[in-house]
Amino acid sequence: MAESTEIELQAVASNESLPRPARASLSPLAVELSTEAPNELRWGKPVLITVVLTYLFAVLVGPVLAIGYEVAAVGVRESLTALTAPDALAALRMSLGLTAIAAAVNALVGTALAIAIVRHRFPGRAALSALADLPLAISPVMIGLSFVLLVGRDGLLEAPIVAAGVKVLFAFPGLVLGTLFVTLPFTVREVAYVLEEIGTSEEEAAATLGASPMQTFFRVTLPNIRLGLSYGLLMTVARSLGEFGAVLVLGGSISNETQTATTFIHDAIEERKTAGAYGMALVLALLSVALWTALHVLSTRQQKLRGR
Amino acid sequence: MSRVAHALDAGRTQKVIGAGAGLYVVLLVALPLAALVYVGLSGGLSVLWQEISSPVARAALWLTVWTSFVVAVVNGFLGTATAWVLVRYPFPGRSLLSALVDLPLAIPTLVAGMMLAVLYGAGSFAGGVLQVFGIELIFAPPGIVLALAFVTLPLVVRAVEPVLLEIDPAEEEAARVLGASPLKTFQTVHLPAIAPAALSGAIRSLGRALGEFGSIVVVAGNIPFKTLTAPVYVYGEIESGAPRTAAAMSVVLLVVALGLHAIAHAIEQRTGSRRG
Repeated sequence: MAESTEIELQAVASNESLPRPARASLSPLAVELSTEAPNELRWGKPVLITVVLTYLFAVLVGPVLAIGYEVAAVGVRESLTALTAPDALAALRMSLGLTAIAAAVNALVGTALAIAIVRHRFPGRAALSALADLPLAISPVMIGLSFVLLVGRDGLLEAPIVAAGVKVLFAFPGLVLGTLFVTLPFTVREVAYVLEEIGTSEEEAAATLGASPMQTFFRVTLPNIRLGLSYGLLMTVARSLGEFGAVLVLGGSISNETQTATTFIHDAIEERKTAGAYGMALVLALLSVALWTALHVLSTRQQKLRGR
Repeated sequence: MSRVAHALDAGRTQKVIGAGAGLYVVLLVALPLAALVYVGLSGGLSVLWQEISSPVARAALWLTVWTSFVVAVVNGFLGTATAWVLVRYPFPGRSLLSALVDLPLAIPTLVAGMMLAVLYGAGSFAGGVLQVFGIELIFAPPGIVLALAFVTLPLVVRAVEPVLLEIDPAEEEAARVLGASPLKTFQTVHLPAIAPAALSGAIRSLGRALGEFGSIVVVAGNIPFKTLTAPVYVYGEIESGAPRTAAAMSVVLLVVALGLHAIAHAIEQRTGSRRG
């Protein structure tokens, strides 16, 4: 405990002392020069700050504040009461369930994949790495459509799925597939990034000292990737809670059956059930702020550990 | 030596686990996408072209392309400016603002759309003020641009920020001491370093914008020929039982998205930056 705080303190110290003083001028001459700098950019700083702040307010901060204001206007109590309706609770439960599944599966698969991609050499490694990154580049609606074309009516795999008696589309398995697809990249990316950074020396040392591959994994690799994995999992949770397009196409947003928190909001807006829509949006917004805070804390800690 | 080699050489258990994970990715990602491409291209390119040649489809594609381009360019410049301000100009609330830039990553896109509709919609204060000037944002293309700007906000800022932090302040000092103006210093010291990052961030914004769905559904109103974007069009075609048309449009968007993804990836690889 004491050791880790010491490391952190050192990291803070080096963090503070590295880039900052260098920016303060090195010599009196430099100070003089910079104060006598030509006027051309003197107005640059305030203008730039104003432009950036206006932009951030118009696009990001304003909308976030506005919905808070609106929920207050509609009534927080009324909004949250609307959430106690059975269909709202079912939708929320569905989203939480899908999130739990996505987190569990991606914790295992993401770690295994990252280790395979970074540590092992095999044909098709680069292709696998690219494939695991792909979901970030694809529109959720198209992800939904891909599964529809695969397992839906007249789909390429329709026959075996009907034969097996499983209902995938407009049912729970479809929602799980969509959620797993969109959340695949996060744990792989973060764990692979950390694995590349830490290198192999510790793992080699463990092996030289006689540790089995499994011992090496649990005693050396896992503690090292812990923060990266947690970061990836938080991203996974955020994405699965917020996923909309894929689960809309795959689940069809059937009330009490395949409706998720986001598709519930969508339907509530269409049906002008304002209180329900705002209530659910409030819950999701609060969850995302909590996730964002956790992500921020984790990345700060990660940076400190890296000493940069 | 053999022990060390053994550590890097996968043990049998690890090989099985790795192969299982690889199979998972192939089945989960490659198989459905192959189905999409197969159906989209099953009639050949001429049929694909025909499927998306209806005026509604063309209008949707065009709307998506131009709004996405606008956002990519705006985000490229303002995102870079944001990173610049956040890294170089200390002002009160800077660290909070810097953290806020990541918020769109955590907020469901549908909720993001609601936020914008609430602020800029006709019934709101800001919407009312804009209406006096005859500006309509929600249920109009500018609303789409706003929504896209919201969801892509972190991409450029987070790409440029680490590069700016890594530039050696001594280089800047040297340029200034040697008599370079601030503008000249920016051009010679900073611009070459941050340009690739800004470009790859802008390209990623473009790719993301082309496929955006959740936030647009809420703010656009999805009026054909006016505010119906390509992804929303795809959704409509799925709903109305025309999966082939949906697949055709999707293949077009998919090819563009993958191309952009590859270009951004190549730029990041070359400059050694990671984490887009």
